[in-house]
Amino acid sequence: MSNLVLKYTVDNEDFTRAGEASSDVKKKLKMMGVPPEAVRKVAIAMYEGEINMVIHADGGEITVEITPTQIVMVLKDKGPGITDIEKAMQAGYSTASENIRALGFGAGMGLPNMKKYSDEMDIDTVIGVGTTVTMKVNI
Amino acid sequence: MTVNELIEKTGLEPLCIPCPEREISGVYNCDLMSVVMSKGFSGAAWVTIMANINAVAVASLTDMACIVLSEGAAKDEVMLSKAKAQEINVLMSCEPIFETSLSIYNALKNA
Ligand SMILES: Nc1ncnc2c1ncn2[C@@H]1O[C@H](COP(=O)(O)OP(=O)(O)O)[C@@H](O)[C@H]1O
Ligand SMILES: [Mg+2]
Repeated sequence: MSNLVLKYTVDNEDFTRAGEASSDVKKKLKMMGVPPEAVRKVAIAMYEGEINMVIHADGGEITVEITPTQIVMVLKDKGPGITDIEKAMQAGYSTASENIRALGFGAGMGLPNMKKYSDEMDIDTVIGVGTTVTMKVNI
Repeated sequence: MTVNELIEKTGLEPLCIPCPEREISGVYNCDLMSVVMSKGFSGAAWVTIMANINAVAVASLTDMACIVLSEGAAKDEVMLSKAKAQEINVLMSCEPIFETSLSIYNALKNA
């Protein structure tokens, strides 16, 4: 069986659609019979990544590859990049604006959640060029 | 207890009830989306002030039974149309978060 590849475009600053890619992936994984715990991990990790693309970068592209043993999510944006990854990974650290916080975001727990709920995470970032986050969840 | 039964028991105002027979497993409180994503649970009645479209996405991703807007959160038509499309129940309370949660908790306990 060949691997299933899903592609999504995430619009910048479009909160009305934020989370749609994650919802769609969750629905498909559920239908494919992927175990609920793996589906939950993918939903949390991908939603946080998707939200970061909306609030911190200028949107971007998400590719999800589903293999028999794992789900690989690649989130690629052309945003400002992350200056200090170590700091960004700390729980509670956030550069989100007051407006964003009023919507319930900007708790500084997105990246820590992504790390916690994925089995493997890699951040490739270049200042002024963009960020690519790769996350893998084992089935 | 189903969402429909909760409405009958507590008098919470139904704003959008696409799944009236959905079972409620417990009460949950939080207004920070990242925390809700990791701690929110399947079947929860989520009492929050976040009357926005993102709350619908989060409730859907965490498989909650309903969102209960409280503490005077204003009705948001965009949110409600999204909730209808995503099949998420939305109720409203004019009480603060604690009182709202307590009345749901008591209704569940006495069910
Ligand atoms: N894709 C991204 N592009 C640029 N900066 C990012 C990106 N993702 C995260 N960051 C930076 O890392 C910080 C921490 O991210 P996160 O843990 O998700 O918290 P939050 O989104 O609540 O601010 C953000 O405030 C932001 O400065
Ligand atoms: Mg974040």
